[in-house]
Amino acid sequence: MQSVSNKVAVFRKEHFNAAHRLNNPAWDDATNKEIFGKCNNPSYHGHNYDLIVRVTGVPEEGTGYVMDTKKLSDLIKEKVLDKFDHKNLNEDCVEFKNLNPTAENIVIVIYNLLRPEIKSDLDIQLRLYETERNFVEYPI
Amino acid sequence: MVYITRIEHFNAAHKLFNPSWSKEKNEDVFGKCANENWHGHNFELYVTVKGVPDKETGFVFDAKKLSVIIKDHVTDLLDHKNLNVDVEFMKGKICSIENLIIGIWEQLKNNLPASTQLHALKLYETPRIFVEYFGE
Repeated sequence: MQSVSNKVAVFRKEHFNAAHRLNNPAWDDATNKEIFGKCNNPSYHGHNYDLIVRVTGVPEEGTGYVMDTKKLSDLIKEKVLDKFDHKNLNEDCVEFKNLNPTAENIVIVIYNLLRPEIKSDLDIQLRLYETERNFVEYPI
Repeated sequence: MVYITRIEHFNAAHKLFNPSWSKEKNEDVFGKCANENWHGHNFELYVTVKGVPDKETGFVFDAKKLSVIIKDHVTDLLDHKNLNVDVEFMKGKICSIENLIIGIWEQLKNNLPASTQLHALKLYETPRIFVEYFGE
């Protein structure tokens, strides 16, 4: 048995739907429109976000798990989905009161929500899809 | 008879809300979809036209032209918009995907050549929720 000494990555995929708009309050309307284009629409637009959480570590001797995926699922639901699903990221979510909810900023926020909840000897990396064709990863 | 389908997509915000009901009743019926500050989706639209291929072009309908008609009369009006607030053809309607697909059908029916047979629309709200409409 040599495999138990190796690191393995486990992945959990979850999703949430939310409205948002991209806007920098320090800029005037014309600049916001120029930089953010149709993403700046004052009455918002929205996405189906797909979130993939990768947890990397050595499988535990007792369980054979890197991390129990049911526990990982519950954690993502409690810390991320319950906060963001069917919400307006700009209006409803305190995390984005002063932070533009780009996919980049959303993925960093989610990382910071999850990181303290997962054992420190496990690495985590996130991939967040805003559309099927636009996605971000953090940390890299 | 050949059926040709063009797939397009758009992203939009909406909420499910019946203005003649109380806030409590809306929340009871529509759940988190009634969030007054909106939520949103990536929508996928399948447009199917049917016909016998033209003798000279081999086309049922020029797929590029179909794409332009969908863009001009549907996706440009819906993409990065709030369905409840920004979309003229959804005014006064509850913005469910059922009502949205009927609205899209009318938009296309009114802007495709009269000889074109619009067969079906399929509209995905999420990868697991979609509706179909045949103009019936």
